[in-house]
Amino acid sequence: MPASLHMMRRKVVNAVMLSLTGLCTLLAAGTLVFILGYLFVHGAKSLNWDFFTKLPTPVGEPGGGMANAIVGSAKLLLLATVVGVPIGFLGGVYLAEFGENMFADAVRYTTDLLNGVPSIVMGIFAYTLIVLPQRHFSTLAGGLALGVMMIPIAIRSSEEFLRAVPLSLREGAMALGASKTKAILTVVIPAAKHGILTGLMLNLARVAGETAPLLFTSFSNRYWSPGWEQPTAALPVMIFTYAIAPYEDWHQQAWSAGFVLLTLVLAVNIVARLILSKRGAAPR
Amino acid sequence: MSASSATVTGARPSGRAQSLIERLRGGDEIAYLITFASAATVILVTLLLVFELYHKSSVSRKAFGFSFLTTSIWDPVAGHFGALPFIYGTVVTSLLALLIAIPLGVGAAIFLAELAPPRISDGLTFLIELLAAVPSVIFGLLGIFILVPILRSVEPALRSVLGWTPLFQGPFYGVSLLSGGVVLAVMIVPFIISISREVILAVPGDQREAALAVGATRWETTWDVVVPYARKGIMGSIFLALARSLGETMAVTMVIGNDPKIHTSLFAPGYSIAAVIANEFTEATGDLYQSALIELGLVLFVLTMVINALARVLVATTTKKGSG
Repeated sequence: MPASLHMMRRKVVNAVMLSLTGLCTLLAAGTLVFILGYLFVHGAKSLNWDFFTKLPTPVGEPGGGMANAIVGSAKLLLLATVVGVPIGFLGGVYLAEFGENMFADAVRYTTDLLNGVPSIVMGIFAYTLIVLPQRHFSTLAGGLALGVMMIPIAIRSSEEFLRAVPLSLREGAMALGASKTKAILTVVIPAAKHGILTGLMLNLARVAGETAPLLFTSFSNRYWSPGWEQPTAALPVMIFTYAIAPYEDWHQQAWSAGFVLLTLVLAVNIVARLILSKRGAAPR
Repeated sequence: MSASSATVTGARPSGRAQSLIERLRGGDEIAYLITFASAATVILVTLLLVFELYHKSSVSRKAFGFSFLTTSIWDPVAGHFGALPFIYGTVVTSLLALLIAIPLGVGAAIFLAELAPPRISDGLTFLIELLAAVPSVIFGLLGIFILVPILRSVEPALRSVLGWTPLFQGPFYGVSLLSGGVVLAVMIVPFIISISREVILAVPGDQREAALAVGATRWETTWDVVVPYARKGIMGSIFLALARSLGETMAVTMVIGNDPKIHTSLFAPGYSIAAVIANEFTEATGDLYQSALIELGLVLFVLTMVINALARVLVATTTKKGSG
């Protein structure tokens, strides 16, 4: 009975292939669970209060922490926000409110382009702009590199959330005699506020883990870095340096730092995505 | 000339001047200018980026010309710089990553879009998209301490099955092109899954119904009707993933072995463009050395831009019209 044999074969292929796709999904999702689990077990093990309050110790001396790297990362993120967010947000307002022309399309295209630039190239960019003329590494240069990386996502998410505000709200404000600016400032932006802030959180979480642009801009520092003109330690760079070093206790520190960084990044991502999905807006 | 134009505007004091004042008071012109300037900044920054890469690599471009891309000797001491080993390492690890990630990613996307109940699909997609948010230095950390030991224990099996090919020969120390490719694969799978899932979900339902109605099995419907319909978008997701893996730095740097030579075997260590920039930039003494590294950055920039542009065209055409 060739006909029914053929049918059998089709059914078998169907079952096998469909289960294979399920296996692929399990493998992909399982990877995350594995990563989380491993980091949690390994990182939390040696995590203690010193990690958050002490400076790194010299090689061979046990103990110590990464307080300077945590503060350094916070300072870099602050600078990055100052550089990237105003330009990104205002640019997003332009695209959403005045953006029906060729110039706006050019901006959108360039934004995508900038978003695709490898992060190490951003490091070179900040290096040539700040480190090269100043002849020394600085927090400033690292902040600039991260800030430029924040621009594209800030623009696109601002535009998206502003556009999502219903036209009737704008028309209502303008019918009451508000100028376009007044309508944008008092009605449109407040309505999009939550979305834009969540977008900012996701943006920050993304650059918080960036290592490559910092390697030759903010460099690293074993001590505190007062002000903005000196090289500074940052959490991701510390993970890199400690992981490739040949010392066992440094590896432990790298795991702790990885655990702290990943927990922060994932927590922000989970909260932001939950907020967005609750509001029915598209993620990212 | 100036006097005559003054009289022209002066002749109509009420018209333009007043409306300008009114609009300024409303703030519309100012708001427009400020936001316009911010938007223009994006273009300026990007132009400046291209200019800096081009300008600061001029020493190296003048010294080596096109032979920079085609020679394979990288000797900072002798002042000779050829980028081929890095281009080779970048391309090989990225292709290996695609080889692993495409079946895995497309398979999972099919499952999530076609088979899984919506709630489970959403939950799993959420989990997989979180994977895309994990910083690359964390992948590097896991690469060094988990993946490399795993690969060491898998290596004898790989060698016995595939050892007859030149790709799986020679000594294996753990850090290698193979490790780089596998780490990249894990990193790009989430991109392929989340974009492919979206384009598959965008395939109209009547396509599936028509196929099922003529007696196709679920798998035949998916593979012969839905996937071809969405193929441009899936290709787009693959190109996006490729662009990301070409530019990926930290994870690769930590496991690739950092050896600026071309080895055929995947077991051998290698080097990628991004990795050599990351490792050598701070210690690059002399204009030529630094300029050569910046030129590598330029090469990487151009490479990822081209791939990204292709990807966007592909994704845009499918999500708008379907590829038919």
